[in-house]
Amino acid sequence: MVISQRNPLSSRTSKMNKLTTSSSELDLDRPNIEDYLPTDSIPQPHAKLRLRDLLDISPTLTEAAGAIVDDSFTRCFKSNPPEPWNWNIYLFPLWCLGVVVRYGILFPGRVLILTIGWIIFLSCYIPVHVLLKGHDKLRKRLERALVELICSFFVASWTGVVKYHGPRPCARPKQVFVANHTSMIDFIVLEQMTAFAVIMQKHPGWVGLLQSTILESVGCIWFNRSEAKDREIVARKLREHVEGTDNNPLLIFPEGTCVNNNYTVMFKKGAFELGATVCPIAIKYNKIFVDAFWNSRKQSFTTHLLQLMTSWAVVCDVWYLEPQNMKPGETAIEFAERVRGIISARAGLKMVPWDGYLKYSRPSPKHRESKQKSFAESVLRRLEEK
Amino acid sequence: MGSASSTLTQYDIEDVQQHCNNLFSQQEIVSLYKRFCQLDRTAKGFISADEFLSVPEFAMNPLSQRLLKMVDGLNFKDFVIFLSAFSAKASMPQKIEIIFKVYDSDYNGKVTFKDIMEVLRDLSGSYMSDKQIEEVLIKVMQEAGYSKDSSLLLDDFVKILEHPGLKMEVEVPVD
Repeated sequence: MVISQRNPLSSRTSKMNKLTTSSSELDLDRPNIEDYLPTDSIPQPHAKLRLRDLLDISPTLTEAAGAIVDDSFTRCFKSNPPEPWNWNIYLFPLWCLGVVVRYGILFPGRVLILTIGWIIFLSCYIPVHVLLKGHDKLRKRLERALVELICSFFVASWTGVVKYHGPRPCARPKQVFVANHTSMIDFIVLEQMTAFAVIMQKHPGWVGLLQSTILESVGCIWFNRSEAKDREIVARKLREHVEGTDNNPLLIFPEGTCVNNNYTVMFKKGAFELGATVCPIAIKYNKIFVDAFWNSRKQSFTTHLLQLMTSWAVVCDVWYLEPQNMKPGETAIEFAERVRGIISARAGLKMVPWDGYLKYSRPSPKHRESKQKSFAESVLRRLEEK
Repeated sequence: MGSASSTLTQYDIEDVQQHCNNLFSQQEIVSLYKRFCQLDRTAKGFISADEFLSVPEFAMNPLSQRLLKMVDGLNFKDFVIFLSAFSAKASMPQKIEIIFKVYDSDYNGKVTFKDIMEVLRDLSGSYMSDKQIEEVLIKVMQEAGYSKDSSLLLDDFVKILEHPGLKMEVEVPVD
């Protein structure tokens, strides 16, 4: 793809370094988006105000038209459909053969593997869960191993080829793990190596059932995106978990939503203000084999899994990166951005300054208000000039 | 042209190109079509206001509501014609015409003092009172030779706004 000269991302990333935290109450939640957006909408200062300057809305219109033509937010959630390569007489039969192999041979094989896995898992898990009620430590160890086992079965059912780089996570107190988020399978890929406790959105259907039964045993925290008060409750639960000595290491996806594995959106600061060491994990899927991005607007999780099970393979790299601590004088938001930079650099992802939750809601009026404020101030100031 | 999800034929591309007076290259029209289909999530053949507002950068713009009135419900051809004013090859009068249309919200060909005040209100939000806006506007209009009761026509806008520094260009990313 030809990078156009007016690539909005380049002007934004160049401003990435001068992240300032606003002191106003409203902005404590997020860094100043204004630091990232082009500032040409502010008219030239220190010159006498004329009718032309008031009437000239061209910078604002240009920004709006630019957003219509291309914007970095929508790009984060675009699933890239594979280029059709089967368009000629030689390749089409080959592709048909591939479809037959994938749907006729691989898929039933995988379903079989998964079924066997579930039978083994349930036949071990239920007795352990019920019979060892008194022996908590042993029960926890066994349940952890079993969860890792079923995750391995899941990964095998997509012919998952996962390459892990870096030192494996160990369970130590006062640490959290953060990773970029592409699909719910991120969790499964990571879980097969280490039994993490995780914080998730409660899902309906069979996923919800799994969440409330099996995942409870590794320790999970639930949140509800749509509830505003929820955040404080969740923050408290996070803190309690991290400070507990017996709990499984906690895995958090600070983006808060699935992104298409080419970009990272802003990290929520919740994971970074727990006073714990943050261990970044970077995950990158190889798109040649399958696009692992779960576009939750377009497909249900079941459809997504079926799509994975009828593809050739899921190939990905997982990097366990160096644990980071908050530097003195750094705020939680700056810390979050720094870790996001580390993960994005490792996985080759571009950083964009948007909050992932804008997928579900409109931007808050305060962004528009700050533009309006700078316009008003500039006009009033230039009015004074003679 | 068929449903929004079908691919564009060469005939369609040339048709659109002719309608926008060759202000976009064929590659740019193909890119714009991909963008149009991306925004038109339900493949209706036009982009609804809600779908425009799902682009946060657009929703944050102070003039988004005014622009929405101009782009809401446009089919692809009209969408390209609208955006052609922002092409680098578009003429100055064409760009000024779009600016005029943003001000002239009732499409009567005249921009009154009240129209300008409304746009200034959008741009300054709650940070300038109506009285302040009125004061500023009367002052600069008088200096430019207009009174509070003047109505500005497109020619007046061209006279006031035309200067080599006026840049209103958007680049269409071409794969």
